[in-house]
Order: sequence, then structure tokens, then C-alpha cells
Amino acid sequence: MCFPRSTEEVAAAVRIAALHDRAFVVRGSGTGLAGGATPLADPLVIVMTQMNRILDIDPVEQVAWVEPGVLNLDLSRAVAPLGLHYAPDPSSQHACSIGGNVATNAGGPHCLASGVTSAHVRALEVVLADGSIADLGGLIPDAPGYDLRGVFVGSEGTMGIATAIAVHLTSNPPAVRTLLLDFTSVEAAAAAVSGIIASGILPAALEMMDAQITRAVEDFVGAGFPRDAAAVLLVELDGLPAGVAADVAAVERVGLAEGARTVRVAADDTERELLWKGRKSAFGAIARIAPDYYLHDAVVPRSRLVEVLHRVYEIAAEQRLTVMNVFHAGDGNLHPLIVFDAREPGIWPRVHDAGDAILRACVDAGGVLSGEHGIGIEKRDFMPLIFNPDDLDAQAKVRDSFDPSGRANPDKVLPAGSRCGEAQRIPEGAWI
Amino acid sequence: MDLTDALQSLAETVAAATGPVVGVGSRTQFDAGNPVPTDAIAIAAPCGIVGFEPTDLTVTLGAGTTCAELDAVLAEAGQEVALDPADPAATVGGVLAVGISGRRRLRNGPVRDAVLEVRFATADGRVVKGGGPTVKNVSGYDLPRLLVGSFGTLGLLGQVTLRARARPARTQWGARSGAPGAVLASLVQPSAVLWGGTITTVLLEGHPDDVDRELRAGGLECVSGPAPFPQGPHRGRISVRPSAIEDLGPVLDATGCRWLAEAGVGTVHVAADSPDALAAARAAACSAGGWLLREAGAPELDGFGIELPNVAIMRRLKDAFDPEGKLAPGRLPLISATASR
Ligand SMILES: Cc1cc2nc3c(=O)[nH]c(=O)nc-3n(C[C@H](O)[C@H](O)[C@H](O)COP(=O)(O)OP(=O)(O)OC[C@H]3O[C@@H](n4cnc5c(N)ncnc54)[C@H](O)[C@@H]3O)c2cc1C
Repeated sequence: MCFPRSTEEVAAAVRIAALHDRAFVVRGSGTGLAGGATPLADPLVIVMTQMNRILDIDPVEQVAWVEPGVLNLDLSRAVAPLGLHYAPDPSSQHACSIGGNVATNAGGPHCLASGVTSAHVRALEVVLADGSIADLGGLIPDAPGYDLRGVFVGSEGTMGIATAIAVHLTSNPPAVRTLLLDFTSVEAAAAAVSGIIASGILPAALEMMDAQITRAVEDFVGAGFPRDAAAVLLVELDGLPAGVAADVAAVERVGLAEGARTVRVAADDTERELLWKGRKSAFGAIARIAPDYYLHDAVVPRSRLVEVLHRVYEIAAEQRLTVMNVFHAGDGNLHPLIVFDAREPGIWPRVHDAGDAILRACVDAGGVLSGEHGIGIEKRDFMPLIFNPDDLDAQAKVRDSFDPSGRANPDKVLPAGSRCGEAQRIPEGAWI
Repeated sequence: MDLTDALQSLAETVAAATGPVVGVGSRTQFDAGNPVPTDAIAIAAPCGIVGFEPTDLTVTLGAGTTCAELDAVLAEAGQEVALDPADPAATVGGVLAVGISGRRRLRNGPVRDAVLEVRFATADGRVVKGGGPTVKNVSGYDLPRLLVGSFGTLGLLGQVTLRARARPARTQWGARSGAPGAVLASLVQPSAVLWGGTITTVLLEGHPDDVDRELRAGGLECVSGPAPFPQGPHRGRISVRPSAIEDLGPVLDATGCRWLAEAGVGTVHVAADSPDALAAARAAACSAGGWLLREAGAPELDGFGIELPNVAIMRRLKDAFDPEGKLAPGRLPLISATASR
């Protein structure tokens, strides 16, 4: 295990690993939920926590260069005096690193309108598996050639190590309004989500919490969430004042039409922050309910939200488990959270079976395996659910083009047998 | 409409060809990224809307569909994808292969951010899917971004899923004389800020009152439309740091080129009457730290005018996807290497 302090040290570590024919795994803050940073096959573990300097902030072009170990929230704090922020805001933002965010293409509540990490990363300095240093993308638009920056983002450490990152900084919007709507059924809340999107509003954030999680959060934070609601929606609208005011009115109208009991508009920043504190403490709050949880992450088309949520509750009931839902409803990104007590004998198989069934239900509804946590090892063997052998072979080609040695974070993302040469079934017309 | 069979036969056509093949749309930007050999077989992608679910704000279509047709379909539901090609007859596949972002990029981001899923035909006749149909997705590597701007050298785009959005309540162009920097700084969310040397033209979109407010803040007068894209037989697209644009403008004037810059983005569209003038524009771009991609004419202006970075990775990508060099030989980015095959 090593803790490099510079790009050169990262490159040296990678070369030493190569000399000894060892794989290497890069680790940011270790908050990843798909096991991407879990060492497999006795690798050298390269931990980026020492490379945590903000290198440069350009308020005119709105770009910051950071080292990968900079924590997500620290960057937003550093640029706040300039009226800027870094838009992707994972719930783990006080702990996760920007390098980890790049590697997982992280999202957050505020990625609905502004896009996930990939839309905010302009340039990368990376150390490749052979120890060489490459610059991908750039501050000049449309870097010549293939979009290697775009491919590297979300590659979960399998294409190399990001050692410096240029991110776009977003101007703070002149007007922001945050609303809390509460419903007596999950269906009504989900219908309101569809209604809001269909009416042409793209909120900055559109989050949903079901009854169990709302109560847990309320007990924990005391944000004034209705403890008897079946579901609440947290909606944030931002932009220029007239547009925001019109959108607030429209969200209120859609919400009430779909049966919202109350619509609370945060009166000031303090109230706004309190509502968000409730949302962002969800994972901490469940510790009061059960000691363990398994958080899932999948995306379905927004129009299928209600039916998939139903299925999620059904699956939990079938396995005699408690499931809670707190998620990015606006983009259909579900986060079913199975809470349990790992000391209960025989519980793990049920937790796993439920997770498996939930994932399949999402895929059956036209969804995908992950919206923001990535594939890692957790979902690696589910990849054939959405990709056929030819699709996986193409992905393997891309990975191998970055790392022909296969030493960068092996056995992650792509299941064994992805390369057509190693497949049991060789697709017709494939070269061997 | 289901294009499964059409995609399959697209792939079979590619596989069956014994010589070079190239994807073709409406030929509005067919020479961008270099002309292909005259004996290349031109293959068109299937067209038509495969699926449009307004409440999902996503649309799936054959890559051969024209931007005009796509826009007409989305408009019925009050939505759009801001592709904005200079010529609306351009096909969606063509826009994506060339990787040209519309003039509203300042607000909407580059065109690759709008692409959620691609299905493309490989050189050996397979149909490969990359990405996924949902608005958010990190399942596997981002093949859609790789394909956008690849000039058809890795595969032929057959079907794509794009992210749509609501059309703005009001769209208004405004103009003011002078350089764009001050205008840009005075506005909150312009969709485009275009500068042609004397006048800055701005596109504002949103709630009517906000548009008025922005017009006032920028000291802008309403105008009916933007300055037209520069026309001429020899054309190119410059990329520089956004902050370099104001200094680059006068230098471009001296080359005799006509040009229109996207302020805040760093793209400058250039047109010239002679290859030499376009070459001078490229030299100006390079000394400003950028490059120029030739889009039409000026056959000797190959490449970007600067050395291609990360050639080794790009070479491996090309060799992995097209080992025989069959797809769009001569096209960027790996011209010299491919041409020698
Ligand atoms: C309570 C909680 C809430 C969360 N909420 C969200 C959320 O809202 N949205 C979201 O997207 N995620 C969320 N996550 C998941 C996690 O925080 C993100 O995936 C985050 O981006 C991981 O960052 P990290 O620094 O911890 O990376 P790690 O966990 O250390 O690593 C994750 C992956 O990135 C690779 N990696 C790390 N650094 C680099 C580098 N410099 N170069 C190349 N590869 C690298 C690793 O090899 C690994 O594959 C949450 C996690 C927790 C525990």
C-alpha cells in the first residue's frame, strides 16, 4: 500500500508494480458502494488521500484544477466566496474524493438539471498502467481525436489513475426556492414527479423519500417533515427570479392536482438548509432503525417509476425484509435501501436475493444497472443482463486500449468472458 | 418503429464490403475530418423515430433521421434537442459523427452530453450497443462519448437515444456593439454569445420577464436573428481557450477570413475564399494555443495543425475496432497512419 504525494510518485508506484508484475488498485476515500476500490488478486493499493491540494482556481473561465484527493465538499467551500460551486453533490460529499467521483462518474441530488460528473470534468492528467503520464481532454473545446476524457470518466480505476482534474465551476443561481410536498401514497408522489417533468420544468433537484425514511429522518434531524406522510418530495428550483417563481407555482399546482396534502416553500436559507440536511442525513438516520443496510442503485425510465417501486416493496415483503426508498426521483434513479441486522441468522442470502430481484425488476422495466455508484465487483456479473457478448467485447476493447497489460484494477466492471477470445460462446463473425 | 432488422442489415452491409466504407447522411458536412477515398462505399443509417416518451424526455431514433425531422417530432410535445446544425437537413448521425455542438452549447453543454445510448455497426458486421436509454447511467464504459466526434472511424452509428428538454417559453436574440467579454459577464444564463468582430449577438431563452431582465442587464437591443455562419468554399472550426477569443478576432480579420466566434465556449467558425487564407487562420489559432479543424475545401490543411495527443491509445482503439482500416480511411484523427494501409 502506498500514499503518493505527487504525479511522479504515482507514476513511480505504478512502474514498481509493473516491475513486479503486480496489479494496482487506486483508492480515493473508500466511500464507493460497488467495491471498485476493493483489492483483488493481491495488488499494490495506491491511496490518493495525500494528494489533496486545490491547485488553481480561475474564476473567469470558471475552472478549478484539483488533485484527486480533494474532498468534494472542500472544493465547493473553497470557491463559495467567489459565488461559485462544484455542481455534482453526492450525499457522501463531505467524505468522497473528486478522484473517486471522476472514476465513478458520481451524481447527486443537484445533477438532475446540470448533469453528473462527466458534464463537469474538462481535463484530466492521468497515469496509465505503464507508468506514462497522459493529458486527456482540455480547457479548449473539442480536444483533437477520440474523446478519451469522456471514456476515462466512470472507468472505476480500470484505465489508469487520475492525478489532476480540471472541473467546471458553476455560478450560484440568483434565485433558489426549495419546496417540500407531502403525499398520502407513494403512487401520488411518483405521479407528481412525472407531472412536474412532463410540464416542462427541469428542477435543479427532485428527490423522493418514502414513509419509513421520512420518519427516520424526522426523528434524527427534526426538519419538520410530516411523520405521517406516505412519501415526500423535495423539489429545488433555481435560475432567474421570474422563471423560478413561475416554476414554484407550477410545481405547487401539479403537486396539489396529484393529491399533495401540503406544499411547504422554504422561507429562507436556514429553512432550505434544514430540509436538505434532512435529505442528506437519510443514511445516517437509518442507524436508528437497524444496524446494517444494503443500498442499491438502479435507474428506470421515469414513466415506469410507480410500477417499479411497487415491485420493490413486493420483493422486500417476499423476503421478509424492510426496504426504504430515498432517491433521485427526477431522473428515475432508485436507491432502494434494505435495512437489516446482520446478526440475524440466515439473513444475508435473503438480502442478496432481494437485491438481485430488485435489479432484475429495474432492468425488466427498461432500466440500467447503476445510475451513479458504478459496477465495480458488486454488479460486474450482472452486466450480461443489459449487454450482450458483442457489447461487452466492445467495452473490453476500450479498456484494453487504455491498459493493454490488464494490471489496472483487474476483475472489475467487466465480467469474466467479456473478451470474445475468452468467451465460451464465440459470437459469429468474431475474430479470434 | 423498430429498427432491429435495419441495424442488422446495416452491419451486414459493412461486413460484406471488401473495400473502404463510410457512413453518409445528407452530405452537409461530408468533408469534415477529411474526404474519404472516392471508391469508398457510402452507407446510410436507418431513419425514423423509434421511440419518443415525452414524460421521460428521451427520444430514440435512427441515426439517418434529419435534425429537422427530429425537431418537428419533438416540437409537437413542446420539447427539443439543441443540436442546431448550420443546415437542418443534416442527419443526427452526421452531427454526432462530426461531433459538432450547436451554437447553444454555452448553456446546454457539448453535443456529447445529450447522447445516452448508441447502437453502431462494427467493421466486422456486429451491432454493438453502448450506454443505456435512461437519463442517468454509469453501467459500463461510456461508448457513446467515444463514438461522438470519431468521424465514423470506429463504427457506423445506426441508432441513438438522446436527452430532450422542454422548449423555452421565450427565445429572443439581442445585440450590442463591442466585444463579448463584458456582455458575457453581465448575463446570468445566455444560451449563446456570438461575436463577429464588431457586434456581439446574444441568444436568451426562458421566462419572458427574465429574458427582458437579461436584455436590460446586457444593454442589448432585440434583433430578429443571429449573425449567419460564415460561408465560403474553404471552411474550418477553430478551438481556443475562451479567454483567447478577443485577441484572436483582430488577427483573424487580418487573414481575410470571415469568422464568427462562440464566446465563452472557445469555438470560432471560419470561412475563406482561398486555401491560403484558411491556412493563415489555422496559424493564428495555433499561435493562440489552439488548432483548426478543416471542415470543407483547402485539401492540404490536414489534421488539426498541432500534433495529435495520446496517439498510442487512439491507435489501439482504431486497431481494436477496425483492424483492417476499412472504416472511413483517411478521416481524422489518425490520418497518416490509416492512409498508409
Ligand atoms: C452514505 C453514502 C452516500 C453516497 N451517496 C452517493 C451519491 O449521492 N451519489 C453518488 O454518486 N455516490 C454516492 N455514494 C458513493 C460514493 O461516495 C461515490 O461513488 C464516490 O464517488 C466515491 O469516491 P471515493 O473517493 O470514496 O472513491 P473510492 O471508494 O475510494 O473509489 C471508488 C472507485 O474509484 C476509483 N478511484 C478512486 N480514485 C481514483 C483516481 N484518482 N483515479 C482513478 N480511479 C480512482 C477506485 O479504484 C474505485 O474503483 C455514497 C456513498 C455513501 C457511503
